[in-house]
Amino acid sequence: MAVVSARRGGRLRTWIGRDPIGYAFIGPYVLFLAGLFAYPLLLAIYISFFDYFFAAPGAEVDRPFVGLRNYAQILGDPVFQRALLNVAEFIIINVPLTVALSLVLASALNARLPFRAFFRTSYYIPYVTASVAVIGVWLWLFSGGGLLNGVFGPLAPNPSWLVNEFWAMPIIALVVTWKQLGFYVLLYLAALQNIPKELYEAAEVDGAGVVRRFMTITVPGVRPATTLVVILATIVGANLFTEPYLLTGGGGPDGASMSPVLLMYRQGIEQGHAGYAAAIGAVLAIAVMAISAVNRFVLERE
Amino acid sequence: MFRASFRFASISSALVLLLAACTGGGGSGAPASAASAKGPIKIWYSNNKEEVAWGKAVVAAWNKGHPNEQVTGEEIPAGKSSEEVIGASITAGNTPCLIFNTAPAAVPQFKKQGGLVALDDFPDAASYIKARTADRADQYKFTDGKFYQMPWKTNPVMIFYNKTVFAKAGIATDNPPLKTYDEFLATAKTVVAKGGVKAAIWPSPTSEFYQPWFDYYPLFIAQTGGKQLVEKGEPQFTGADGVAVANFWKSLYEQNLAPKEAYQGDSFGEQKAAMAIVGPWAIAVYGGKVQWGAVPVPTKDGKDPKDIHTFSDEKSIGMYSSCKNRGTAWDFLKFATSKENDGQLLTLTGQMPMRADVAGTYPDYFTSHPEYKLFADQANRTVEVPSVPNSVEMWQTFRTSYSESVIFGKKPIDQAFKEAADKIKSLVSGG
Repeated sequence: MAVVSARRGGRLRTWIGRDPIGYAFIGPYVLFLAGLFAYPLLLAIYISFFDYFFAAPGAEVDRPFVGLRNYAQILGDPVFQRALLNVAEFIIINVPLTVALSLVLASALNARLPFRAFFRTSYYIPYVTASVAVIGVWLWLFSGGGLLNGVFGPLAPNPSWLVNEFWAMPIIALVVTWKQLGFYVLLYLAALQNIPKELYEAAEVDGAGVVRRFMTITVPGVRPATTLVVILATIVGANLFTEPYLLTGGGGPDGASMSPVLLMYRQGIEQGHAGYAAAIGAVLAIAVMAISAVNRFVLERE
Repeated sequence: MFRASFRFASISSALVLLLAACTGGGGSGAPASAASAKGPIKIWYSNNKEEVAWGKAVVAAWNKGHPNEQVTGEEIPAGKSSEEVIGASITAGNTPCLIFNTAPAAVPQFKKQGGLVALDDFPDAASYIKARTADRADQYKFTDGKFYQMPWKTNPVMIFYNKTVFAKAGIATDNPPLKTYDEFLATAKTVVAKGGVKAAIWPSPTSEFYQPWFDYYPLFIAQTGGKQLVEKGEPQFTGADGVAVANFWKSLYEQNLAPKEAYQGDSFGEQKAAMAIVGPWAIAVYGGKVQWGAVPVPTKDGKDPKDIHTFSDEKSIGMYSSCKNRGTAWDFLKFATSKENDGQLLTLTGQMPMRADVAGTYPDYFTSHPEYKLFADQANRTVEVPSVPNSVEMWQTFRTSYSESVIFGKKPIDQAFKEAADKIKSLVSGG
């Protein structure tokens, strides 16, 4: 009998661990994750297989199971295809620009500069400022009667930047790069602290110039941070919403800056097709995970 | 390691399932007896200060005489749009009994969500609405023949023009040549060339689903003699009249008389545009700073103003299904739309109650406010958005084809409209 109970006790201990009090410590966060991340994610995947819309509690509504129909429809939807191409264009411009600018700026801000704290803060301000506010400034710069067209004069594009199919997406990529830069500079600044100063001193003694030291010590030295920056910038880019919503008037001109998330908002919230919108979200999440996996593979291989 | 992860996953899954169980059930709708239930209710009204003043006055007047059926009035919560706030509130089950700011285009979606009460549940509802609004009330019936909204107030849209700009350009300011498309285009060219403005007219060229209501749709209604975009399930805009209106706007965009980029501000108020498509609300807004005139929207060959119909820009009152004391809600709805309270609305806001003959019902007001008379006459000839399934998606489909063909000229109008019409036909049939 005693042997059986000891065995049972052993099984229980194996299951709950030696210090079950640990569950009490992680409990609140697990609850937080389950309630605000896991449950919505699973619900979104669930509703993507239905002709789903949000209904009043207790209302008798018909939301039939449609299998993969939502997925088949979005893959054949020219608006979604256009949105994917737009966001691909965005990522191709935004991610390399973000990596290059934030690394160069972080290196500069890591050096002994006068007013270093002021510059570090200045680059961070756009990141913590509401998008709606900064977009007002960019509208003033890029609108037809804006500052930039005043400077360019007859060389300004026609139609103007934000209603020009060729320029709309690059401008949005530029705005987002500028806005997010402060955060990525901060990541690189932290990574730069891990590079031993002796490496730079030794290279300097060997006659390496500024560019050589940057390319052979700094760039490889911050590679883990670069992986993080590339993945985060890709995720932020894939979630593009506010800029095309406000800067180009809802994904204009004529869909040239439509993004998948803006399309999700239009379908799910404005038009009441939550199932269709959830399917867009699922496809987008898979695409982002695939891109991130490729990024990691390319950046982390020796 | 694997065992620890498995344990973590098991606990998380259990929590997720628990949450799903907690949120999956939901409450139940009000019982059938709710139609006669009396007691306290809550209402939302719009958050502009004129309508807030009206709302507070009406609620106070009601509460004075109904101590057991008190009404609590609140401004509609802020959000990207009232429609999104209402849609979310329906899903959460916490809508008030009445919302005095329900857009007709959103009504089919709210109905589909199970969020609206059919007013026909009240025996006198159909006759009350018909008596107050006359024949125009029929436009507010859903395809099942029921009223899920009470037509409340309208801002019939007309062309506002800046007399100072017109005078500077050498154009008559009292009866300007704006009746036909040819006259309008010639006037537009002249005001841009000589009037010191960047644009003749500057409707927002952006892609939101509701933008056609303030460029294409009013002119379409006028040109077709009062047709809706879709009638009896058939799109109407691919006919000669619909295409003529599109060609008129295309000419304005091609000649840069209407810009393809949205103005960041008030183009008419800041005198960047000589004309605007607006309702009577504009009188209070521009009255002090612009010398304005108003004319009906143009038609191809110029119709008699008495025959011109226009877009209503109307807001309705919806009764929402979370309401328990619907008997009180219906009584309050009738009280708020009585002749006296409609008159109060007109006086405080300048917006036209959806009554059969506004000018004849409130003669004193229009004697002391003659500038509103033109809009009151126009209010008798307003046309609504079609009350059909997938209404918002229908307008978005139309706007996308309009942007492509009219504003940006990338596709022939006939072809773009035909493609949009095919899709819209399927959408409004519920497909």
